[in-house]
Parts: sequence; structure tokens; C-alpha cells
Amino acid sequence: MTTIDNKSRSPKSPSLKSSSLQSASRRKFIVSTAAAGGGFALGLHLPFAAAAGAPAGTEVNAWVVVFPDDTCAVRIARSEMGQGTLTGLAQLVAEELECDWKKIATEMPTAGQNLAQKRVWGEMGTGGSRGIRTSEDYVRRGGAAARMMLLQAAADDWKVPVGEVTVSEGVITHAASNRTTSYGKVAAAAARLTPPDPKSIKLKDPRDWKIAGKGLKRLDTAEKLNGSLVYAIDMKLPGMLCAAVKASPVFGGKLISYDDKKIAKMPGIKRVVKVNDRTVAVVADTWWRAKKGLDALPIVWDEGPNASRNSATIAAQLKEGLDAPNAYAFRKEGDALAAIAGAAKKVEAVYSTPFLAHACMEPMNCTAKITANRGEVWVPTQNAEAALAALSEESGLPLAQCEVYKHTLGGGFGRRGGSQDYVRQAVAIAKQFPGTPIKMIWTREEDMAHDFFRPISQCKAVAGLDANNKLVGFHMRVSGQSINAFNNSQSLADGKDDRQLQGFTDKPGDAQLGYTFPALLLEYSMRNTHVPVGPWRGVNTNQNGFYMECFIDEVAKAAGADPLEFRRGLMQNHPKHLAVLNAVAEKAEWTKPLPEGMFRGIAQFMGYGSYSAAVAEVSLVDGKVKVHRMVLGVNCGHAVNPEQIAAQVQGSVAMGLSAAFFGDCTVEQGRMTRLNFDTNPVLRLADMPRVETVIVPTYDFWGGVGEPTICVVTPSVMNAVSAATGKPVRSLPLRDSKLV
Amino acid sequence: MARLNINGKVHDIKVEPDTPLLWAIREHAGLTGTKYGCGVAQCGACSVHLNGDVVRSCSVPVRNLKPTDRIVTIEALSADSSHPVQKAWLAIDVPQCGYCQSGQIMAASALLHKNPNPTDKDIDDAMTNICRCGTYQRIRTAVHMAASMMPAAAATQAAPAAKPARAKSRA
Repeated sequence: MTTIDNKSRSPKSPSLKSSSLQSASRRKFIVSTAAAGGGFALGLHLPFAAAAGAPAGTEVNAWVVVFPDDTCAVRIARSEMGQGTLTGLAQLVAEELECDWKKIATEMPTAGQNLAQKRVWGEMGTGGSRGIRTSEDYVRRGGAAARMMLLQAAADDWKVPVGEVTVSEGVITHAASNRTTSYGKVAAAAARLTPPDPKSIKLKDPRDWKIAGKGLKRLDTAEKLNGSLVYAIDMKLPGMLCAAVKASPVFGGKLISYDDKKIAKMPGIKRVVKVNDRTVAVVADTWWRAKKGLDALPIVWDEGPNASRNSATIAAQLKEGLDAPNAYAFRKEGDALAAIAGAAKKVEAVYSTPFLAHACMEPMNCTAKITANRGEVWVPTQNAEAALAALSEESGLPLAQCEVYKHTLGGGFGRRGGSQDYVRQAVAIAKQFPGTPIKMIWTREEDMAHDFFRPISQCKAVAGLDANNKLVGFHMRVSGQSINAFNNSQSLADGKDDRQLQGFTDKPGDAQLGYTFPALLLEYSMRNTHVPVGPWRGVNTNQNGFYMECFIDEVAKAAGADPLEFRRGLMQNHPKHLAVLNAVAEKAEWTKPLPEGMFRGIAQFMGYGSYSAAVAEVSLVDGKVKVHRMVLGVNCGHAVNPEQIAAQVQGSVAMGLSAAFFGDCTVEQGRMTRLNFDTNPVLRLADMPRVETVIVPTYDFWGGVGEPTICVVTPSVMNAVSAATGKPVRSLPLRDSKLV
Repeated sequence: MARLNINGKVHDIKVEPDTPLLWAIREHAGLTGTKYGCGVAQCGACSVHLNGDVVRSCSVPVRNLKPTDRIVTIEALSADSSHPVQKAWLAIDVPQCGYCQSGQIMAASALLHKNPNPTDKDIDDAMTNICRCGTYQRIRTAVHMAASMMPAAAATQAAPAAKPARAKSRA
């Protein structure tokens, strides 16, 4: 079992977090958490590690460790990449545990520990805005079970019925005999009790929450303010070497040869190694020297047939799909084509969206140490279990001899979830240096050259209006690349990929279209390119939300209708969608005239189990778009931390506007051409609008938070831009239209 | 070889003259609070103070630095996270992933050193660091809050000679 070398300056596992600057001293008392009875010790990160011999905590159950000073450490299996899940999950456990929030701490189990414990902590993967909504039930039951055991232990000690015992903020009271004790005092006895059947536990009504549901401060802020938080890129291990890597710039190209003699005499260079059939690495004593060596290394590539591909050939490939026969009919309700053909008025538009890079602030990196019988990686990952599998496969070591130390991610956005390509690379390098830790860091250029990009697509939309300007038929076809096909091309040979129609489904619950049309045809033409694609915050709701919501505005305009009223007329069967739309319209005072020169746009869409809507207010300054204010509404069912929901909404505006204004990864000669923030810019503070968040939870479902709202940012802003210029925006990014 | 005064301590660092200050700080002085984000002075994750001014250390080769130049990194902005910018960042709960925040905080503290009461326009012009999580709105709020918290003396003392925060906290 992995335990932490407390003498190491560099934590093997960045696990224990506390709630405030002041809590640093408390952490000194926490060294390890030997499980009561089981001898199971959880890898704990101890930044203030001098506390050898300090009292250990008691593992009451898998989720809760109680320390003698009444500190309660909550185990968090999901990754923290800024989205606040760590704090939200701790709130949910603490709510049921009834502990003192001022004495809360968190620990992160490793993937190896989860495996060894038969996945007692459930799924570790953190994507699809699932971090809270798909673990809320079992983590709350974990907190509640621990509370029941702690109360039972106190009752047993006092020889009173447990029903007579109450708890508040970790202090247990038997009122009749005027006795009190605390969690820290009874934890050891509690841990020896038989846990209650989780199914028998009655959870609190969320309306009664005292810790969850509140906009509490994040638990992980203090270390981010003084440089002390150790990200994976900051790893230091004894004897560690550093690696810089370069993969074939052309996707699908191969590494033919390199001339390592040319750089052998450069300072610090240790060795040049082949990573895989398309990647080379320079290993040196420092990363900067490795990078300099890599820049100077003559490399011969076989660029392969993809070198003839470029943005224009890809655009033509997608355009062909807009009218090609045999598209996948995802939804066919009534005869939309006939209705449109017979309509008094026809509205038609073609839209396009580009490839996009994630550009996490912390570039891809991984530190790996491989010996004959053990493999370890220190890594920013959204999926520690996938990283463990990648480590095992690449090293050839059994899973049980591998371990993944997950660090706080410097951004994720979907890039660090499934593929773990950078883990494989680091392991492939470290295998060639047995016993020596290798820290591999990508340059920003490598990061933008070898992302799994948001898939490119185009869309053709046609609607028919009758003589009374009533919508009679609606036809939309998306032509573009499929993420699922990239991941597993065999499974989607027929082109029927529902995921690319995310947000258009008629099924309630996850990504349901909020409109009912008299006749509807929704189609998909799968047109795959040679560019690797993957999930990017909001995934296909981004493109589909832009297509649907901008086209609805065009249809409303053709019908001479107010965009809000036109939507309302189509949404009567979708009250939850409508309620969020109404909430933003009210907050933004949609019907109230704006000052001269200001224009509004509106949009609504659904993804990740949550309902979103937005109103944007823009003006044109010297012909350039300025977004002044955005009102975003979200119904995510339950609002575990409204402040963090607001933070995610603000973040989704920044990332959405980055994409809408600037984002465009262009392809020339088979490779990406915009490889840093100078040529592939992102939003900066000066362009950030004022964001107002309206949270309208209905308490009858659990929806996501990190991703749902981004899909309404672009269409609401583009609809406002269209109102300002009189011309619809049909192609992103906006900078191509010279409007930013 | 370069002689650098980082956080009040003189470091004799064995590096080539073209080594960026960022990598001297991270890989030789061992201070990892200053981050690599782009390498081309675009993102500002590597921001440090050089004689009180904010600079993007990824694009400052050590050959351009004199031993008398005062370099201050996030670790020494204050000894105990008590700089008004750090306090405001905590109060407003600014960071999400946090990776860019060292640079944001160094940029904000340098701004307030020169301009203790910045307008929104001043903040727009000075705070050009990239944050992919999108904490910009909270950064703006926190800069204003920090301005209100800046004592007159502290506003002119952006480069303290205190020991690194790391050393202090581990003592």
C-alpha cells in the first residue's frame, strides 16, 4: 500500500486541503490515516510534513476520517481542476455528517488505492459535468453512515438509546444527562461498529441543508495565493531528469530519424529517445535545456498522405455533407421537407464552427518513474483510473504494481480525461531510464499542435413559415466530425452518432431540445477528418446551441416576431426550459428599451442535465463588438454551492467568448498552424462582460454545472450582434468577420 | 553563470546566458510558484517583479539581469499571504484552477504599487494575463477590494525583502 514519504519536499500525492490560511497549523497534527483495524493507510499530502509522530486519524468509513482534534477529512475521488467539485462534494458529505465545517479537510485517494479497495470510492473520472451529480447519492450516504456510527458509539459509551443522542457541528449531546462528547473522541469506537446498510439511510431533504446549498468559500484557495500548491508540473524528485517532446506535426505522420549527435554537446543533454512511432524526446538535467536541445535537434518525419489536407479541403468535405444523400435521420417527426416545400416563406442559413484547442493554462505534463516492478506517475488528470490503465499498458507492469498521484489540474476542460496520451509518453520515456524519475513537459506549441480538438462542423438549416408567419416545418442538418468515431471508428461505421446531435434529443433529462415543431427533421452527416478530436467544455452543445439558437432568431426575424415571444410559442411542452428562459428575460428586463446603441440577444439550450438561458447586451465601438452585460440562468436541479455555480457561469462566459471571438485552429499541410496565444488568442480581462447569474433550482433532479451554460453564451451574443449589425453571424470566430 | 537576487537572497546559478529568468527561478532557485504558460510573454503566468515592475520572466534572459536587480516572486510577495492583493483574492475566492493566479497576483500588486486606486480602465490596461478558467470578473472585483485595503505604506512597498513564504511556513 502506498504511503507518503513525509520527508520529501515534493508530495507524492497532493491530497490534504484545508479551508483557510489559518488551518496550516492544524495540518501539522495530521500525518497519516491508518484505517481502524484494516491497516489501510491513505496517501496523504502533508505540506507541513515535520509532524512525525503526530496523532493519526481514524477512518470511520471510506469517506470520513476523524482526527483527535475533531478535524474531519472527507475523501474526494473526483479530480479538482478549478471547477470546485472538491468543495461541493465535501459540503455534501459534511451536510450529512453534521460536522463542524470550520474543521473540514479533504483527502484524495489514489487510483491504485481505489482499485485495491474494489472501487470503494466509485468512479474517479471527472468529465461530462458529472463530478457531483453522479456521486451525490453515495457520498451523502457515506457522510450519513459515518454520522450514525459516531452517534451510536457515543450512545453505547453512555449506555443510552441512540435516539436520545443529538449532534450539531461535531458535538454529540445527550440532553437528558447533560453530557457531551465530540467526533474526535468517539471515532475509534465508531470505526469498530458494523456500518449501517446504505440503502436504509434516509438522506436530508435538500431544503433543510445547512452546509450544502450555501455559497461557502472554496477549501483549496489559500495554497493558490502564495505559490505553495504543487501542480504536477512543479514536481521535484531526487535524481529527476526532464524531457521535452515533439510529435509529428502532421497528424498521422511518422518519426523516421533524428541526429542526436548534433545536440550531444549542448549543456545538460542526457539522451535523445524515441517515444513512439511518431514522437521523439530530448532528456536533459533541466527542462529548459531539454527544450533547447529539442529545438536544435534535426528530425526527419514521414509526413504521410495527410500533409495534403488543409482547412479548405476540410471545409469542402463538410460542405459536401450538407446536401449529400443518406444522412442519418436523428429525429423525423411529420414531413418537414414537404411542409417547408409548401410553405409561404422559406428561411435558410448555413453555419460553421472551427476546430478549437483547450489550451489549459498548465501545459500537458507528467512525471513518471518506472522500475522493474513498479510504475508511478504524478500527473494532472481528469481520470486517474484511465491514467493508471495507461501507465500499466505502456509500462507492461500489472495494475497492482502501478500508482497514479493525481495533482490539482491547471485546467482540464475535457483535454485531460480520456486519452491520457501524455501519460503514455512520459511512461515510454521513463521506461528507457529505469529508476530515474522523468518529468515531461509539453511546450505551449506542442499543446496546440497535438490537442484533441473540438470537432469542426457545418450546419444547414431550413424553416418554413405559413402566410400567418407560423412555423410549419423545421429541417436542420449537421455535417462534421464525430468524437465517438475518432475514439472507436468501428462502432460508428454507419454514421449514426447521436452524440454529435447533443442538445437536439427529444428524450428528457440530459440534453433535450426545448422546442416542439409541427414537423421536424434533424440529420447528421458524419464527415471525419484526420485531425484528432475530443470533448471540449460543453462538447457538442456548443456548436449545436449556436446553430439552433441563431437560426431560431433568424426565423423569428423572418416571422416578424420578438425572439423571446417566438421561442415561448415553441416551448409550451417544455416548462423547465421555458422557466429558465423566462428567468433571464425578467432579470435582463427584456422588454425594457436599452440605451441608444445597445442591443440584446437571447438564447436557451440544454446539456448535462441542466437547463440554461442567456441574455447578452452588446454595442459596436468603432465597428467592433463590445459585450457589456450577460445574464445567465441555470436550473441544475440542486445548487450545492451557489457561489461556485456563479464562478462556473462566469468561466463559461469567458471560455465561450474566447471561442466565439477568436478561437480557430486552422490546418495547413496537414498540421495545426496557430500554436500559441499570439496567433490563437483567448479572451482577456478587458473584454470580459459583467456577468449576472440567476440560479433557479427546482429540487427535483441533479444536473451538471461546469459545462451546461457555455452553450448559450455564443448564440446570445451573436443574436445581439445580429441585432446591432442587421446581419446574422453564421460563421465563427467573429474575428473572421472583422467584428472583434 | 548568473548571480541573481531573488526574494532578497543571492543565488549563484549555473545556467547559460540565454536561459529565461522563469526557468532559472523554477529549475535552479527551486521556486515553482511562478508558472510556465506560453514562453512568449503572452499569458503572464510567469509574472514576477523586477525592481518593482511586473515582467514576464519567460522572456527575460538572465544575461539581461544584474546582481543588483531585485527579483521578487509570488513566494515572497508577503511572508504570510498578508499582502492586500492576496487577502482580497481570498475574500473574493478568485482562483479556480489557480495556475495563472501567481501571475495575476504579481500583476495586480505591481499595478497597485504604481496606482493605488485604479479605475476599471486602468485594470483593463494593466491586467492582461490570461486565465482560461475565466476568473476575470472576480479579479476585477478583487483588485478594487485590494486597493481599498492598501495601507499607504504598503502601497509603496511592493518588493519586500522578507524570507520566502515557503521557508517561513515550513519553519
